[in-house]
Amino acid sequence: MNLRNIGVVYRKELREALRDRRTLISSLLVPLIIFPLLTAGLGAVISALVGKAKEEVPAVMILGGDDSPGILAELRGSSKIKIVPTQANWKDQIVNKEVRAAVEIPAGFQDAVARQEPATLLIHNYEGDLKSSIATDNVQKSLEKYRDRIVHDNLSARNVPDSALKPFEIKEHNVAPPEKVGGAAFGGVIGYMVILLCLVGSMYPAMDLTAGEKERGTMETILSSPISRVDLVFGKFFLVLTTALVTAGLSVTSMGVSFAVLEHLHAFDKAGEDAAQMQLHIGLTTVLSIFIMVLPIAVLFAAGLMTVALFAKSYKEAQSYISPLMFVVIIPAVAAMLPIDLDAKLALVPILNASLLCKELVTGTYHWNFIAIIFLSTCVYAGVALFLAVKMFQREDVLFRS
Amino acid sequence: MIETRGLTKVFQDKKRGQIRAVDNVSFSCNPGQIYGLLGANGAGKTTTLRMLATILEPTDGTATVCGHDVIDEPEKVRANVGFLSTATALYPRLTSQEMVEYFGRLNGLDEAALKKRVDDIFSRLDMNSFRDRRCDKLSTGMKQKTSIARTLIHDPQVMIFDEPTLGLDIMTARTIIEFIRECRLRGKTVIFSTHIMSEVQKLCDVIGIIQSGKLLAEGSLAELRDRYHEQDLEEIFVQIVAPLYVGQENN
Repeated sequence: MNLRNIGVVYRKELREALRDRRTLISSLLVPLIIFPLLTAGLGAVISALVGKAKEEVPAVMILGGDDSPGILAELRGSSKIKIVPTQANWKDQIVNKEVRAAVEIPAGFQDAVARQEPATLLIHNYEGDLKSSIATDNVQKSLEKYRDRIVHDNLSARNVPDSALKPFEIKEHNVAPPEKVGGAAFGGVIGYMVILLCLVGSMYPAMDLTAGEKERGTMETILSSPISRVDLVFGKFFLVLTTALVTAGLSVTSMGVSFAVLEHLHAFDKAGEDAAQMQLHIGLTTVLSIFIMVLPIAVLFAAGLMTVALFAKSYKEAQSYISPLMFVVIIPAVAAMLPIDLDAKLALVPILNASLLCKELVTGTYHWNFIAIIFLSTCVYAGVALFLAVKMFQREDVLFRS
Repeated sequence: MIETRGLTKVFQDKKRGQIRAVDNVSFSCNPGQIYGLLGANGAGKTTTLRMLATILEPTDGTATVCGHDVIDEPEKVRANVGFLSTATALYPRLTSQEMVEYFGRLNGLDEAALKKRVDDIFSRLDMNSFRDRRCDKLSTGMKQKTSIARTLIHDPQVMIFDEPTLGLDIMTARTIIEFIRECRLRGKTVIFSTHIMSEVQKLCDVIGIIQSGKLLAEGSLAELRDRYHEQDLEEIFVQIVAPLYVGQENN
């Protein structure tokens, strides 16, 4: 292996890549602008919309209840819902989202409650519609308040304390610090994004430097030079690796900046208290750890994609080979967002292992034994992929496939 | 100097089985000489030249270029060869100068020697007006000159031209023909493949006629005329290849 020659090829490929609009778009523009817009931007919009939906006082219709003034007064007195006049086409109005819910009060409801006989209230709603679900929730809270008051009155009449029905309370208490809560919530997504962007960043150059070179007729030109094929593969490989890492690095940075800016602008305030209690703090150590773990994955992607793309005769053919590979990467990366804990067996599954580890690293958890297994196993997979890429460059039937 | 001994290349094809693209070809070419490999399309010219340029590895037999074996020392062979064909394209996003410099560096030239050599070649080939223009913006003639400069940058002793005028207009083709002549004048060993009779008549010191991968006849134009009692090279060519060509067509 001749380092000088590898450097010559790398510098030439870098110069060409920086002059290529498609590479610049996939490696720089997408991570810097499009992904932050899609993730942080879309997240902020969703938070704002949910917040707005919660602030809106939903229109609710009451069906019946003329003989039950108590419950009518309770519902009318609630500031969380707006009672609108009853109309015969109430079902259509709910489906058309003019009214969010309707409460059906059976005849003789109040008397039945007074006689302590079972009675049922029905809330008609639009399942799956967020605003209808908020209206249902608000109606339920109002009705529960009314029911609790009746229970309290009934118990007081018999001199029984409320605690007889509820001898103890159950409460949850989070002991994890806010940054860990945030890490657990967002860690899987971050791992997924970094891995996916590594793939996206290396896809275009891997195809351009192999199938693209065949298509343009420059493969024979470079093969007629004295450089060895091993040096040629390594020069090209380092360029693909660079774009993969630059894309992933820029994406993480721009996502971090986008989240910080949005947080500063209080864009998430409307999403409620739950979101406010979660903080996403990613320290320098975590960033470095993620980067080190992603390095062998980027090697694996760069070498793997080059091997596959070299087999193609043209850029288009390479695209048709590589597109299905997206699923091979996305499925394990998405699986890491499920409630799966890292163990020794999973630590050997490529992509899923690093994705799960990223989730742990973001929460500040370092299982060194798993880190070692994942790093070493991914290095082995990456080494095999690189070996295959070199072998592929030495096969005449692949280089001159017609 | 080029010397081939029983050079053979067999390709495996899923549908057609084994194909002997080059079959036991032996010839030699000395410095200051132009060897013309004349054959129809698919005769085995490109495969032969690709093996000499070590782009393909022979299945059997071997060849030496400037004393280096194409199988054992492919990198040393390539360092002594300038290879030009219509299939050797330019990098579209590099300028003409960057393209030539890239190949100079790959051939191990240091920066000072490279600059001197680039200036010299660009002046000699009258390329200074487009040296900073990207290759995808060059005319066909400019591209051919850049390709010539690319093959010359390391001053190779052996020049291999695989149908270098294919698809070119008359003026650009003339530039190439002149360049090949100049290589002979400078004492280089030149091997040149074509199916254009007039180019062979104009240029070649020795003509090798190839068909179905086999070298069927070899000699100077005068020797071939004498041997086949025919003045017209095209008629000589047809006499030699017709039996195999008909067989190949029937297959």
